[in-house]
Amino acid sequence: MKQLDQETLTKLEYLSYRIRWHTVDIARDHLKMHFGAVFSIAEMVVSLYFNWMRYDPKNPQWESRDRFVLSKGHAAPALYAALAEAGYYDFEELRTFRSLNSILQGHPCRLHTPGVEVSSGSLGTGIATAVGMAIAGKMDKAPWRVYVILSDAECNEGSTWEAIQVASNHHLSNLVVLLDRNGTSASGPMLNRNDIEPLADKWRAFNWAVTEARGHDFQSIYEGLQWSETITDRPAIIICHTEKGRGMSVVKEHPEHNFMLNTDQYRRALVELENIEKELIIHAN
Amino acid sequence: MPTETLDVPKAFGEALVELGEKNPRVVIVEADLADSCRSDLFRDRFPERTVDVGVAEATAVAVGAGLAFSGKIPYVNTFAVFAAARTFDQVRQIVAYGRANVKICGSAAGLSLGYAGASHHALEDIALMRSQPNMVVVSPADAIETRQMVHAIAEIEGPVYLRLSRAKKPPIYDENYRLEIGKAVILREGSDVALFATGDMVFEALKAADLLSEKGISAEVVNIHTIKPLDAETVTRVAQKTRAVVTIEEHNILGGLGGAIAECLGEHMPTPMRRIGLQDTFCESDSTNVLREAYGMAPHHIVEAAIEAMQMRTSIAGLP
Repeated sequence: MKQLDQETLTKLEYLSYRIRWHTVDIARDHLKMHFGAVFSIAEMVVSLYFNWMRYDPKNPQWESRDRFVLSKGHAAPALYAALAEAGYYDFEELRTFRSLNSILQGHPCRLHTPGVEVSSGSLGTGIATAVGMAIAGKMDKAPWRVYVILSDAECNEGSTWEAIQVASNHHLSNLVVLLDRNGTSASGPMLNRNDIEPLADKWRAFNWAVTEARGHDFQSIYEGLQWSETITDRPAIIICHTEKGRGMSVVKEHPEHNFMLNTDQYRRALVELENIEKELIIHAN
Repeated sequence: MPTETLDVPKAFGEALVELGEKNPRVVIVEADLADSCRSDLFRDRFPERTVDVGVAEATAVAVGAGLAFSGKIPYVNTFAVFAAARTFDQVRQIVAYGRANVKICGSAAGLSLGYAGASHHALEDIALMRSQPNMVVVSPADAIETRQMVHAIAEIEGPVYLRLSRAKKPPIYDENYRLEIGKAVILREGSDVALFATGDMVFEALKAADLLSEKGISAEVVNIHTIKPLDAETVTRVAQKTRAVVTIEEHNILGGLGGAIAECLGEHMPTPMRRIGLQDTFCESDSTNVLREAYGMAPHHIVEAAIEAMQMRTSIAGLP
């Protein structure tokens, strides 16, 4: 497995900080946000957009681009921030999130936002659409691949299991799922409530190639993505073990799924972000 | 009217093959019912352009959307009762909201599968599909129109619901007919009452018009093959002329053709109206014809409804 060099690692760490920074900047102290879900996938999104997928922000419909589907649509700000960082649109757009005439809807919409491939938000439907895209890719013997970020709670949806069964029946080796395994859904921990274990065994039983990764560790995600390219006869899943709300203590003060920072928390969030940035700069030097 | 019997599902399947030969982007998505829907004809001709997801209708629709987003023109085939109700979240979230270029083909609509019972009667599919922005809803009347419709909807860049009967009867049209999506077809001119019908019920409306003619009543018969967007101009003009209308469909009277015409006329040309269809009830099992008779949808019921609408016109408006 190839190792990430220090320069790349520094860049990726900085970008995942930027995802968190943008998210706080979008929400400030007056917008409700799924902070936990966004921060849970920050490193996964950054890995895909800045260390893996092929795309052209100046030509979002480029035929040979890799396709990305955010099946857990409520984490949209992570995707929006990544697309802005990637150059699909200006940073100024981010603060228009969820307001009239914005290109950034509350949940991803393919008709509003350059770079968004599939409208998602109804859990368990993005993955099924991604399966159709991968089938089209196979039909055309196309070079591009389809990457999906799926939440663990989406594994409660029957449509998820329908879709992944179709995927393995069609030997979709061009389809890779990164599963955000933070163990928590809207009402709290999934354990002993809406649990999905044994998760890896279930996906294996559906004839997927399965590996696991540390979902906030760029090297670990990178290894998972490299491994996915070695699978040639079936779809692949990287179960990424993550932490809801990872990276900012202010966010973890809230047990809720979707919440607003109060003014005091927002100020402390800015201080915390500033400290993170200082450390990253020191680290980089 | 021609006397040779033509089979709507077979015409559908053959048209799919013709379309497939013409347009390499056309693919089909099946949910294990290709033989019943007659999309087996396409499957056998183009196996590499056929995706069978198994008994997973909702996933068939989502997979269809994924194919569409990747440049294909997918025709998703299943029974109408599943094509709308079973798949509705995927239809709304992925197809309609995402304006996916997917053609959802609901076979055996209405009471086509009469014997199978209420679980297989599609009586709300028009209402569901019509409620979705971006969705075009079409319902051809016979095999000739079905064949042309399969080709015509491929030209629409966006989602379409194609409602198909299982009728096997002499066609209403001959080969000279030219379908125009969004344009209602006046099949018979009349002055006393208008019969707006869709799908296989157009044939029944024509029979009813014959019965009315025997009573000295002149009925205009209009085929509404495009329920959305509705040809409001023709509907309004015809209603203005006859001042009494009947809608005729194999669907719940709520939300389908009757709903669409009532909405249109209510705003543009309030007109005495009767709606033939299922009166907000589920059906039992029996043949399509027995059920139509039992549930008030036979030609003589249409005649009664026409007379009632005309009487209502007299009592409300004092018109002759």
